[in-house]
Amino acid sequence: MAEKVLMKGNEAIGEAAIVAGCRHYFGYPITPQTELTEYMSRRMPKVDGVFLQAESEVAAINMVYGAAGAGARVMTSSSSPGISLKQEGISYIAGAELPCVIVNMMRGGPGLGSIQPAQGDYFQATKGGGHGDYHNIVLAPNSVQELVDITVLSFDLADQYRNPVMILGDGALGQMMEPAEFHSSNTGLVKKPWAAAGMRGRGKPNIINSLYLQPEALEQHNIHLQRKYALIKENEIRYEEIKTEDAELVLVAYGITSRIARSAMERARAEGMKVGMFRPISLWPFPEQQLAKSAENASALLTLELSAGQMIEDVRLSVGNIKPVHFYGRTGGMMPSPQEIYQEIVNIMNGKGGK
Amino acid sequence: MTEKLFARPKSLTDVSTHYCPGCHHGIIHRLIAEVIDELDVQDKTIGVAPVGCSVLCYDYFNFDMIEAAHGRAPATATGVKRVHPDAVVFSYQGDGDLAAIGTAEIVHAAARGEKITTVFVNNAIYGMTGGQMAPTTLVNQVTTTSPYGRNPNFTGMPIKMSEMLATLDGAKYIARVAVNNPVNMIKAKKAIKQAFEIQLNGLGFALVEVLSICPTNWGMSPLEAVEWMEKNMVPYYPLGVFKVPEEVAK
Ligand SMILES: Cc1ncc(C[n+]2csc(CCOP(=O)(O)OP(=O)(O)O)c2C)c(N)n1
Ligand code: SF4
Repeated sequence: MAEKVLMKGNEAIGEAAIVAGCRHYFGYPITPQTELTEYMSRRMPKVDGVFLQAESEVAAINMVYGAAGAGARVMTSSSSPGISLKQEGISYIAGAELPCVIVNMMRGGPGLGSIQPAQGDYFQATKGGGHGDYHNIVLAPNSVQELVDITVLSFDLADQYRNPVMILGDGALGQMMEPAEFHSSNTGLVKKPWAAAGMRGRGKPNIINSLYLQPEALEQHNIHLQRKYALIKENEIRYEEIKTEDAELVLVAYGITSRIARSAMERARAEGMKVGMFRPISLWPFPEQQLAKSAENASALLTLELSAGQMIEDVRLSVGNIKPVHFYGRTGGMMPSPQEIYQEIVNIMNGKGGK
Repeated sequence: MTEKLFARPKSLTDVSTHYCPGCHHGIIHRLIAEVIDELDVQDKTIGVAPVGCSVLCYDYFNFDMIEAAHGRAPATATGVKRVHPDAVVFSYQGDGDLAAIGTAEIVHAAARGEKITTVFVNNAIYGMTGGQMAPTTLVNQVTTTSPYGRNPNFTGMPIKMSEMLATLDGAKYIARVAVNNPVNMIKAKKAIKQAFEIQLNGLGFALVEVLSICPTNWGMSPLEAVEWMEKNMVPYYPLGVFKVPEEVAK
């Protein structure tokens, strides 16, 4: 049986990647994820893996493109400004249908912003981010254990769907220390007969590409991608519901915010308020129907984010205009206290409405 | 006698290319293919295509290929080589691709001594997008974005990539060649072969810059273009080997 070890979030992601069979990591330092880059520089040589500190995030993601195209399980990680630079490569990776795992430990923005935790990259992560019609699978853990499990899962999903998977964390998750245990990948390393690994007797070249000069051909490719995304929507929704059955108010929060929200919720519950929580774990695909069902009997929702309000759009799309969706968010690296959220809950429950 | 003296290299596919009449891309493809055949490495070669007129070279080379983003071929090739250190990995890039948008990627691939080979096609212009100024465009050369001729006061002087890259320790072999006549073609092929041998021997980064013509965007016939290249490009971009390991030089 795997034993529990106390680890920092960022380092736990690194170890989980190695457990999942990832032997190629390309990165560039940026706070608050640098511990992951440093961890890989220590660990990869010990497992005959490759650690390469690239000259930029642009180079790192294009190295990922090459390594994924050549058939490897490969990962890169960064934080918000660096993830912006990776968008070119991510679009190519999505277009060429290559599997890879990208970690974004979000920090405050826009611009250089701050190095404190934030969730301001939700739109970028879930709506595409780069050019063209594509989606990353986006998973948002809220504990070190879940960072580990989701990292391993991400490699499996990436290979299964030949699609980039983004792990969307934040500076707080990356820095926190919690016990975690490691379980190996479900699928293990899979065969990739499509990879550009040298023909080696295959007789016919493999070509990794996202260029389709004929509009008909490119449209067909897009239709194919959309079918794949529909399949992912069908099979890969992940979420957690807590005390939503009888809830009059359903909190919606992901990642680190869901932990603060939960404390506030427990306190409200203890005081007799019927409050529940819905936590999307897959941000794309977003658990639309599941959220709608979960909030069926509630009279209002409260979306909580470390942003000025991004996920709230998906929450509104999920539940429609039939009930109020309130919002409370902090930005710039400011974290709401459980007390603040509790106060929002009280206001809504008292009919004073939230913001 | 049934011996074939002139045949299509195994490493080229049997299709006609989309290049304009007289364009040197086709010749350069052929030289690479011949070298890959002679080194007998077709089965373990992975090429990385650029964005530029040669973006479709994956249709012409008969081995595994990856089409990279504009300028990123050296990073993509790095990723491939680090996964398959035993493979022969090369990038094929134009001067806009390598000397403008992809400058950081080529410099750092060379600085790391990445064990890849780069074939750098310098035609002093952006071919694919219709003839805009490249970092390699010569002083006074007219392009669609230097309509009064390249003015060094505002655009600086053309970059000599080979000379610059030769200053890096990780770059083990750097040569500039041309394919404007049979003698130079033989020299070009020899340089390309050496650049691949450097990789096969695990010595480090190797690059061959090939001076090339773009009759279409230079607004000349192929013959005029060759003459223009000889008269204007060769004096500014001298041919020769800038760097070669001692054990290979002999
Ligand atoms: C990010 C990005 N910017 C710009 C372009 C447009 N573009 C395509 S090819 C090219 C220039 C290619 O010129 P060069 O590398 O000299 O190759 P040539 O066509 O001359 O062989 C440009 C600017 C692009 N495809 N992607
Ligand atoms: S535009 Fe120039 S570089 Fe491109 S194929 Fe034609 S001649 Fe060759």
